[in-house]
Amino acid sequence: MEVFQGKSIFKGVAIGPLLYYGKKETTVRREKIEDTDAEVARYKDAREKSVAQLRQLHDDSVKKVGEENAAIFDVHAMLMEDEDFCEAIENAIRTQNVNAEYAVAVAGENFFKMFAEMEDEYFKARSADMKDISERLIRVLTGEDEKRSFDEPSIIIADDLMPSETVQLDKEKVLAFVTRWGSSNSHTAILARTMNIPALIDIPIREDWNGKLAAVDGHTGTFYLEPDEETLREMEEKRGRDLETRRLLQELKGKKNVSLDGKEINLYANIGGLKDVAAVLSNDGGGVGLFRSEFLYIGRESLPTEEEQFQAYKAVVETMAGKRVIIRTLDIGADKKADYLELEKEDNPALGYRAIRICLTRPDIFKTQLRAIFRASAFGKVAIMYPMITSVEELDKIHTIVAEVKKELTADKIPFKDDVEEGVMIETPAAALISDDLAHKVDFFSIGTNDLTQYTLAMDRQNSRLDVFYNPHHKAILRLIRMTIENGHKGGAWVGICGELGADTTLTETFLRMGVDELSVSPSMILPVRAAIRKSHAYPEKE
Amino acid sequence: MKSFTYVITDPVGIHARPAGELVNAAQACGADVTIRVGDKSASAKKLIKLMGLGIKQGTEVTVEISGENEETAAAEMEKFFKEHL
Repeated sequence: MEVFQGKSIFKGVAIGPLLYYGKKETTVRREKIEDTDAEVARYKDAREKSVAQLRQLHDDSVKKVGEENAAIFDVHAMLMEDEDFCEAIENAIRTQNVNAEYAVAVAGENFFKMFAEMEDEYFKARSADMKDISERLIRVLTGEDEKRSFDEPSIIIADDLMPSETVQLDKEKVLAFVTRWGSSNSHTAILARTMNIPALIDIPIREDWNGKLAAVDGHTGTFYLEPDEETLREMEEKRGRDLETRRLLQELKGKKNVSLDGKEINLYANIGGLKDVAAVLSNDGGGVGLFRSEFLYIGRESLPTEEEQFQAYKAVVETMAGKRVIIRTLDIGADKKADYLELEKEDNPALGYRAIRICLTRPDIFKTQLRAIFRASAFGKVAIMYPMITSVEELDKIHTIVAEVKKELTADKIPFKDDVEEGVMIETPAAALISDDLAHKVDFFSIGTNDLTQYTLAMDRQNSRLDVFYNPHHKAILRLIRMTIENGHKGGAWVGICGELGADTTLTETFLRMGVDELSVSPSMILPVRAAIRKSHAYPEKE
Repeated sequence: MKSFTYVITDPVGIHARPAGELVNAAQACGADVTIRVGDKSASAKKLIKLMGLGIKQGTEVTVEISGENEETAAAEMEKFFKEHL
């Protein structure tokens, strides 16, 4: 067995024989052409045929992957007819007396480079589109057929796959895609996700692997060549669980989070960074209800800069494409490692110098983060949430700092949205008890049940000796939650739950009845919770 | 010549698909349409050049319209930008 670590594009597990999908080496030779008019005509004819192929491909793909994803082939057709591209090719034929294939290859390469050298990852990925259309033109010119068929369901391995190749593969027979190159922004990656096919990139595939057995773990990005029995068994199990989730997904994807009696709520996901966003989308999450910003601060030597943070937030916000992303400001404390903050060791870190308490005493750290978050707000729908609030005074201090940050950004002419929602975590009994006063000053509450439980019951959840006493469904907790929801609504704030209780499907109906507006859970729990919501009654039965 | 400025709100900017739509709109309006961003510019009828500008969300672009019916063409283009980009 050989094990390779790559990057996962789409999660899922696949086991099967490998099929090497080599480039049909269309080595383009330079030939001297006498009759350039005829050669230009030959090129124009090939262009027309290619455009017709692409229009057809577009129409066929609409059914497979939807209009939004199929639109790329219309764009390809337009690229094919782009004035500059056409001129470059015709010009080469006429002035250098070269054959059409060669002229196309050179022009394609030049435009490929133009995109490949762009800074933005998204535009960089467009270079693959240029390559795709040039290769199509060359194939038409040389009269090659692009379709390849295979009988046995296989894991496709290739150096790279073109969008047109990806979509034309028989979906029923493709177990997974594994490529050496490619980016997570490429259309191929997007198509793989839409088609629900596990996909890995950055695997040093080899042609002589053709026909060998392999296993793909799209959860971890691992590729097993000729897996041993134990690995096979493990992968089979994982695949079984996947199939179950996928069945649930097929059944529930696109369905509303609505109770039997018609109450609809938002179902969001908790994430730790960009790496989790794919899981949010593939599980049909409606937004991000808790984006833990700690990962940016932990495991490093110094504070993250504004720019670093901005890029990290923006990436998530952009990928969520207009769906709400609630970023929680730094929640770090003496128990979490960040040596550069030089926090003193505390006897009781849970009750110590942490979260908003650090931010309010170190406004430099807080402001840098707020600036980064507000800057990211220009790229989608951002909301900010403050952790560990215990008093109205803390919130007032935060608002003063936020106002300063906004003023500075305006003065610096840096774009941000002015209507960014602000909310607080309700995770201390104090916050729950004064939630009526807090509600007027925020747009939303998010109840952090993990801390709320440990502070209310005065029990450390990590301490296994307390297991016999520990009751996460304790009446006191549920009363505080109900109170928070009612006070929130009275004060005009919507209320969500982002702690572990939010994913507890035995409480879903209880929360709906309390009037909760949003639940935020780990990505893998979205569909189970959706299933629970759809089986619940939110209102008492009428007499 | 008519012109207007516009700040792109599309989250991914003028990438492949929106660029394709823009080219179609520019061709339909009949006049010459030029997109200017900083010191770079491209005809809105040339897809590759347009994508090559790498226009992202938040970028301010100047749109220049000249030629026949520039009055109505400018109005059409402005409407297109507001609705699609």
